[in-house]
Amino acid sequence: MAWFVRSKKNIEKSQHRDMPDGLWTKCPSCNEIIYKAELEENYFTCKKCDYHFRIGSNDYINILLDEDSFEETNTDIRSADPLKFVDTKAYSDRLKVSNGKSKLNDALTTGTGRIDKREIVLACMNFSFIGGSMGSVVGEKFLRAGLQALEKRVPYISIAASGGARMQEAALSLMQMAKTGAVLAELAEAKVPYISILTDPTTGGVSASFAMLGDLNIAEPGALIGFAGPRVIEETIKKKLPAGFQRAEFLLEKGFLDMIVKRREMRKTLIEVLNWLE
Amino acid sequence: MATKFILEFEKPIFELEQKINEMRSLDNDLDIGEEIEYLEKKMEDLRVNVFKNLTRWQRVQIARHPERLITMDYIKNMFEDFNELHGDRKFGDDHAIVGGIAKFQGTSVMVVGHQKGRDTKSNLYRNFGMPNPEGYRKAQRLFRLAEKFNKPIISFLDTPGAFPGIEAEERGQAEAIAHNLLVMAQLKVPILIIVIGEGASGGAIGIGVGDRVLMLENAWYSVISPESCSSILWRSWDFKEQAAEALKLTAPDLKKYNIIDSIVPEPVGGVHRNPTQMFETLSKVIREELDKLMSIPIDVLVPMRREKFMNMGVWKQG
Ligand SMILES: [Zn+2]
Repeated sequence: MAWFVRSKKNIEKSQHRDMPDGLWTKCPSCNEIIYKAELEENYFTCKKCDYHFRIGSNDYINILLDEDSFEETNTDIRSADPLKFVDTKAYSDRLKVSNGKSKLNDALTTGTGRIDKREIVLACMNFSFIGGSMGSVVGEKFLRAGLQALEKRVPYISIAASGGARMQEAALSLMQMAKTGAVLAELAEAKVPYISILTDPTTGGVSASFAMLGDLNIAEPGALIGFAGPRVIEETIKKKLPAGFQRAEFLLEKGFLDMIVKRREMRKTLIEVLNWLE
Repeated sequence: MATKFILEFEKPIFELEQKINEMRSLDNDLDIGEEIEYLEKKMEDLRVNVFKNLTRWQRVQIARHPERLITMDYIKNMFEDFNELHGDRKFGDDHAIVGGIAKFQGTSVMVVGHQKGRDTKSNLYRNFGMPNPEGYRKAQRLFRLAEKFNKPIISFLDTPGAFPGIEAEERGQAEAIAHNLLVMAQLKVPILIIVIGEGASGGAIGIGVGDRVLMLENAWYSVISPESCSSILWRSWDFKEQAAEALKLTAPDLKKYNIIDSIVPEPVGGVHRNPTQMFETLSKVIREELDKLMSIPIDVLVPMRREKFMNMGVWKQG
């Protein structure tokens, strides 16, 4: 199905949200004008309405991990444009643009780090990189990070932010869903904990694979989480969707999340979970 | 086999066929006989030529042909003692995924598949082969049942996608598919996957993880349909042909990228042109594949299955 309908629409938006140019920014939810330094201090959430701004892996690493504990892994894996995919633009050019803008290799950053001195392996998505879409590189890095957690026997934590599978790698992208499932099967059998954090948005092939498979599924407030994008559903059923549909609070109510945790409290919650696991 | 539905690119063949039939209905004089022979040869050449050089979009059209065989056709014609098992024991019985116990040439198997309809009425009943979460959960229940009694699983893929609806989301479409990916990576019985028609997105792979993945010659399998891909990337519905080309969604494409293990040849013109031949060909292939899979110790087979999917993807390193 059309997992990308929504994410495409959001790519441009999110780039503004991720890297606003001036000193001030506007909350997309309540229109409050926020001083950017203050926003960062406040975990990139709106003081007035608690809207959680979309952020990338660098910010999550700063917020969640012990200072200077993160060591990035798998930095040399890049997309090969295996299908030589061209639509209105060549995929290879899209990759170049995304590489340049985001200074990222792809939509997933992996590495080791510590949370309150406990070692973990982290896989964090970057929505700013082609809508956080999962192609071969995301799948491969998710796999390798998972295998590293398995080898070290330390908890594996993923942070999802994705419009779904990467269309430009077609069936190869689709197979990444099964690939992440395969490594999580290994972790489950070895009883290595896997914690999935779902942020805005987590849809399509990412929600329908590793993001929904956590021993704990934890979401940020207000995050859009679902299989089909809202626009696709509206087109299918020819009706407007109710307010709050597919938001984290809705999923918690329907029984698909263990908890919703504010970004400012996420580290504390993870410490308590890791503590319990020990 | 007579057909009511003629695809655009098949028209020249059928026009010739009609002409031949008209001539046959005339008196049998020698001159016409020679001409008929000539036209028949011309028709055969044309047929072979057209179907040898199908574009990707043409294959998609064959995969969606209204007379193409659907899962229950294969079950009824290639299996014995099929007893359909219903329901996910949690919410309901999804009609877009069918499954049950059956014998395949004497071997007890669990057979599961997406089920489309044949006409408007049955398509509405089957939701056009687009499952809701309870479909994936029913499949998972049957997979577990097969595992419990040590029976191999055969799964037929044929869906335009998992259903994008309000209730599907409420009941956890994403979780249902995700959970199947995990479970199918763990099942301690052989799993044979056969893509028979459309293999669209997560809705297809949700019952598509197995030890061997076969694909019929004119089936398609990808992350998105050419139409949706066109609407998103080209921002118009008019680029489906280009999208189909770009997606490289045919069996030969997927074989090249090691996503499928082998291609099962179809009768010339597609499965619907000669169902009997298709059943024969596929039965032979299933027999060979099952025998091979069942001879591999399960503690070897499951890691091999995981390895197979862990190796999927193409990237650069360095
Ligand atoms: Zn606000």
